[in-house]
Amino acid sequence: MKKTMLRTLISAGVMAMAGLAASPAIAQADAQSTLRIVPTTNITVLDPIWTTAYASRNFGYMVYDTLFGTDAEGNIKPQMVDTWTVSDDRKTWTFKLRAGLEFSDGTPVTGEDVVSSIKRWASRDSFGGLMAKSVDAYEAPDANTFVIKLNEPFGMVLEALGKPSSNVLFIMPKRLADTPGDTQLKEVVGSGPYLFNADEFRPGERVVFVKNPKYKPRSDQPSGTAGAKNVYTNRVEWVIIRDPQTAMNALLNGEVDIYEQPAFDQYPTLKANADIQLAEAVIAGSQFMLRFNFLQPPFDNEKVRRAAMLALGQDAILRTQVGSPELSKYCKSLFPCGTPYESQNTGDYTGIANPQKAKALLAEAGYKGEPVVLLRPTDNPTIGKLPLVAKQQLEQAGFKVDMQAMDWQSLVSRRARKDAPKAGGWSAFMTSWSASDILNPLTMAPMNATGEKGWFGWLEDAKLEEIKRKFAMAQTPEEKKKFAEEAQLRAVEVVSHVPVGQYSQPVAMRKNISGLLPSGAQIYWNIKKQ
Amino acid sequence: MLNFLGKRLLATLPVLLVVAIAVFMIIRLTPGDPAAIIGGDSATTEDLNRIRMQLGLTEPLWTQFAIWARGVITGDFGFSYFLNKPVSTLILQRMEPTLCLAAGTLLMAVLISLPLGTLSAWRMGGWLDRIVMGFSVTGFSVPVFVIGYILIYVFALELRWFPVQGYSRIADGIGPWAIKLLLPCLTLAVTYVALLSRVTRAAVSEALTEDYIRTARAKGVTEWTVLGHHALRNAAVPVVTVIGMSAAMLMGGVVVTETVFAIPGLGQLTVDAVLSRDFPVLQGVVLFFALVYVLLNLLVDLSYLILDPRIRY
Repeated sequence: MKKTMLRTLISAGVMAMAGLAASPAIAQADAQSTLRIVPTTNITVLDPIWTTAYASRNFGYMVYDTLFGTDAEGNIKPQMVDTWTVSDDRKTWTFKLRAGLEFSDGTPVTGEDVVSSIKRWASRDSFGGLMAKSVDAYEAPDANTFVIKLNEPFGMVLEALGKPSSNVLFIMPKRLADTPGDTQLKEVVGSGPYLFNADEFRPGERVVFVKNPKYKPRSDQPSGTAGAKNVYTNRVEWVIIRDPQTAMNALLNGEVDIYEQPAFDQYPTLKANADIQLAEAVIAGSQFMLRFNFLQPPFDNEKVRRAAMLALGQDAILRTQVGSPELSKYCKSLFPCGTPYESQNTGDYTGIANPQKAKALLAEAGYKGEPVVLLRPTDNPTIGKLPLVAKQQLEQAGFKVDMQAMDWQSLVSRRARKDAPKAGGWSAFMTSWSASDILNPLTMAPMNATGEKGWFGWLEDAKLEEIKRKFAMAQTPEEKKKFAEEAQLRAVEVVSHVPVGQYSQPVAMRKNISGLLPSGAQIYWNIKKQ
Repeated sequence: MLNFLGKRLLATLPVLLVVAIAVFMIIRLTPGDPAAIIGGDSATTEDLNRIRMQLGLTEPLWTQFAIWARGVITGDFGFSYFLNKPVSTLILQRMEPTLCLAAGTLLMAVLISLPLGTLSAWRMGGWLDRIVMGFSVTGFSVPVFVIGYILIYVFALELRWFPVQGYSRIADGIGPWAIKLLLPCLTLAVTYVALLSRVTRAAVSEALTEDYIRTARAKGVTEWTVLGHHALRNAAVPVVTVIGMSAAMLMGGVVVTETVFAIPGLGQLTVDAVLSRDFPVLQGVVLFFALVYVLLNLLVDLSYLILDPRIRY
């Protein structure tokens, strides 16, 4: 009896050790064909049209394809579309799809799929919705063609169809795209470079993608979200790690290949490590900004908003929040520096703090000392320190600031409240936007001037909306540039928001990774792992 | 005993009801709006209202509670707002890592602390006792995440013996499972070794002053038998009580360790649910934890019957 037990124990031990010993070899073989990425945030919604969340957008880029892409220089390039023509009156746009495009379920991509996808996207996306107002009809005369008929020339058709960030026009099969935009999709069927592996999906733990054998990449040079989407690794795993220190340790230890967004204070350690390289993944980075509540005093007064704008200086804010000069950039343009509509013509906004001038203007505005309720997200390391500096700068200009600390999720629900600051509302909050989301007046949420139906803060300004309409109708790049600048000047005039500096958070990768494409989103085709 | 068991199980029902109502109300009174999180940064007021309506958050609070409670009674814990899965599926998926982490920690802690506590009681005031007590104070004072990061630095980053993070399911092989679980268990075990060895030392030292120990020694029983059979057995009730409480604490207290080692367990699920205001998941997980607490307490009570024959229910 004792001998049998002993034998069993020894066998169990040997088997366990064999398992232990075998695991590194298995892991090695597996690692060569698998790209492991720690994404910035956990992904919760798998329908990139239903939500504007970045994680869902990035998921969309993995499994769906787009009609047009945006290259690294900001040009709109065809992707699923092969050729297109526009009528002389610029009201009829006819697009031909590339031959042989297929969804992952084996059905061909047709004009009807595209029409349904455009309709669903336009029902959720503000840019798409704006274009839809100028649309008379969508048609799919044959399997490879779709037509957009406009009731007036809309100058941004290609920009809308190739919009790089949320919501991106991803093409889905008609049977899914016919789902109303406010209902979440329950199935993932795309024609993009990867397949979503639903069986291995563990929410909050990992998302697994495998190479889509039916995907047919273009032959053009890859650039941004345009060009060839070549897949060199058979499998991509998004490994959800919430703790930044753990994520960095996992990268240093070679357990993951890419850490999408390290914290600002981790860059010196990462830079000093010989196995790690840093690379810009998001073109032009992101922009910090302060947003006002236009419905409540004191920021319902334009002069008070202007005084706040003059009080804020980018230098101190960037130094405190980002620290490293290599990662931060002074930029007074409302459209991020390095993007097509950047303009240094910013009226009386300089981005340099001028507390004396701000004080004088505040007195002139008749500011009665109403407390400015400034919301501070303590759990968001990317923007958590911004309000600390803003509070000090506003107080130097004579504002009375009541900074209230809370977690980010409390902040996003608090900012939706229109009540007076004393009754649970707010006066100002600070946030950041990826440059790809604020490229032009139509996509920049803080320039939404439609009042209470618009973005938090609820700016209402008919003149700004009119300039935006002209921008949308403009036909030439010069005209567009002119109206974008006009929109910027008007936004500064009404002080829609205050940009308080630009920054980048490069991706950290192991040295054996190459081919990361900088774009308006996080994309993972074209990557090679040696 | 069956009568006792039946009564105790029945008594769990009002406890769970109170927990359910309390959790439901506290969660709803906490600031935060799942609609704002689902909608993303560009969502407008209209978008938020639409999402709230879809989630049923525009219904009166008591209606929402009644719908949820009715579901729970029929075994339906609801559907996650975010993760597109039933709450019960999510709890089942996350149970294995947490149970393994808690069980491994407890096993490690018991195996180390019982001999240590017993020996230091036996040699009270000696060098071993001083070392054990010193470790107890230190182990209990140092935060879990500090211990975790130190162990990661030494054993994962420097020696490269263990991975930094992650969890491998038992079904994928015992080797990877054990390798990934060892450091997290060790991290948590430090605290519990400190606690259990102190309790064991106190209980055994009290037992060693009893008459039956003197009698046993006078009869010429070996010191190992005196310690293991007589002293430790008679000190078992307080020790088992603390082990039971530790097991209950561990189930809910693994959050920090799960975060530091990126283990996808129930602790992480709870934190995610709190941060994203995923009400159905949070309600389900808290109710599950409450049930585990009640059952573990019941188990501890039942163990008294075996450990101390004088106890009768």
